[in-house]
Amino acid sequence: MTTTEVLIRLGYLAAAVCFVLGLHLMNSPATARRGNLVSAAGMALAVVLTCWHLATDRPGATGPIVLAAGVLVGGVAGALLARRVAMTAMPQLVSLFNAVGGGAAALVAVTEYARLADGGVGVRTTVTTLLDVVIGAITFTGSLVAAGKLQGWVTGSPVLFPGRRVVSIALVAVVVAGAVWLFVAPSVAVLVVVIAAAAAFGVAMVLPIGGADMPVVISLLNAFTGTAVAMAGFVLDSTALIIAGALVGASGTILTKLMADAMNRSVVSVLVGGFGTGDGPTAAISATAAVRRTTVDDAALQLAYARRVIVVPGYGLAAAQAQHELSALAELLGSRGVDVRYAIHPVAGRMPGHMNVLLAEANVPYPMLREMDEINPEFPLADVALVVGANDVTNPAARRPGNPVSGMPILDVDKARSVIVIKRSMGHGYAGIDNELYAGDGTSMLFADAKSALADLSAAVKTLVG
Amino acid sequence: MSVTLLTDLTVFVLAVLVGFEVISKVPATLHTPLMSGANSIHGIILIGVMIIAGEASTLPEYVLVAVAAAFATANVVGGYLVTDRMLEMFRR
Repeated sequence: MTTTEVLIRLGYLAAAVCFVLGLHLMNSPATARRGNLVSAAGMALAVVLTCWHLATDRPGATGPIVLAAGVLVGGVAGALLARRVAMTAMPQLVSLFNAVGGGAAALVAVTEYARLADGGVGVRTTVTTLLDVVIGAITFTGSLVAAGKLQGWVTGSPVLFPGRRVVSIALVAVVVAGAVWLFVAPSVAVLVVVIAAAAAFGVAMVLPIGGADMPVVISLLNAFTGTAVAMAGFVLDSTALIIAGALVGASGTILTKLMADAMNRSVVSVLVGGFGTGDGPTAAISATAAVRRTTVDDAALQLAYARRVIVVPGYGLAAAQAQHELSALAELLGSRGVDVRYAIHPVAGRMPGHMNVLLAEANVPYPMLREMDEINPEFPLADVALVVGANDVTNPAARRPGNPVSGMPILDVDKARSVIVIKRSMGHGYAGIDNELYAGDGTSMLFADAKSALADLSAAVKTLVG
Repeated sequence: MSVTLLTDLTVFVLAVLVGFEVISKVPATLHTPLMSGANSIHGIILIGVMIIAGEASTLPEYVLVAVAAAFATANVVGGYLVTDRMLEMFRR
């Protein structure tokens, strides 16, 4: 090993340290931004080192020129997307980046395999190439379908075409048969068939999954991309790729588990699909008669004279783009001496932690955002719990066995002294059952669009109590 | 099983464990930026693209390199920028 090689390898090690350090700094909102910069610095270092490595042993010019052209196009596209995307569209963007990351990992392995194929391919390369291209291709198409569902280009409802199980099994069979073939006789053509089957499987896998299960799916695909990149690291014998891929794989796995638990679903049941319809139907006015209605003025007085208010935002809030109105109301109440907190359920939003980003965008200070375990003991002390666009995660039925939300971790909203629910109708949430909270003694319903209702509440507080 | 493969496997397993350890400490508040940040990290595949770009010599290879380079760079640049944009909004 020459001195240059030693230096480059040490540099990759430093880059890997930057990634770990960067993720570590993410453990607090105060240091997270610095963490992202440290991680980006590690990435820049890895890229510079690879340029150096190429410069030392590469005479050809075409490869680097083609590379530079691709980098330019991708860089501009990535930067534009990152600057323009709305925070509500973040899950789609993350999915898209998952897709291109997984796609790039698969392409790297194919190219390397094609180069090696003439001279015979070892078992090690065959195994890692196969894992890379299969996971990478599934991630690529699966993430694109997920992004399409989130964007509304593909229906958010589960797509259950007849014979989908048979199709999935057939595709898996093609992948397995192709894999076996490759161990016997290396062939680029067969590898391409395997990739095509894996890509089709990615589509067949995500299509039947309902829009509301997307937090789990995105997390899982994130873990897949990480694993695909780590496998590319095995193919190219690059420690930097292996470490970075493994870190992402671990992160995606943890988040997948957290999301599935918080939704009361197993990862397997999510993947089997056919459950959930996206944002929940707004029909079914079954229990309307049993609930107590309130008016904007009454609700405003209730809030203005409360000492402690806990706001419970759900995806409906983001769907109505009402986070700015909510933040304005909370600020107004805060200025009147009301103690306002936000109770954030882990699955509030369309990806893990999505609601926190949306509220941060609306200038809500993060110390006001409380996680479920932290805020639940505080509900009995709250004078008013204001529920905006959240449904199943507040249903006390979850504490009893024998219904679709049984065992699901919920916010103890029903324990607050009084509850105001802003909702457009008595429509069901994702679980498709009545929310017992709405019929509770202390609960009053304000039937209105979240955005206008919150603005009206702020105006009413100002006029009624000054 | 070669020594290289065993070493790579060791690195992989240990990195997964480090990942579990570090990431389980991240609060739910930051899970979206975390995922987006982790997303940027898998853009490291860009250096894989660079390595194969150096070895490419046929037209199909060049095409694959160009597409892979565009994908990977979009992943890296977009990922870090959007993560920064999100984290900038988190204030006391």
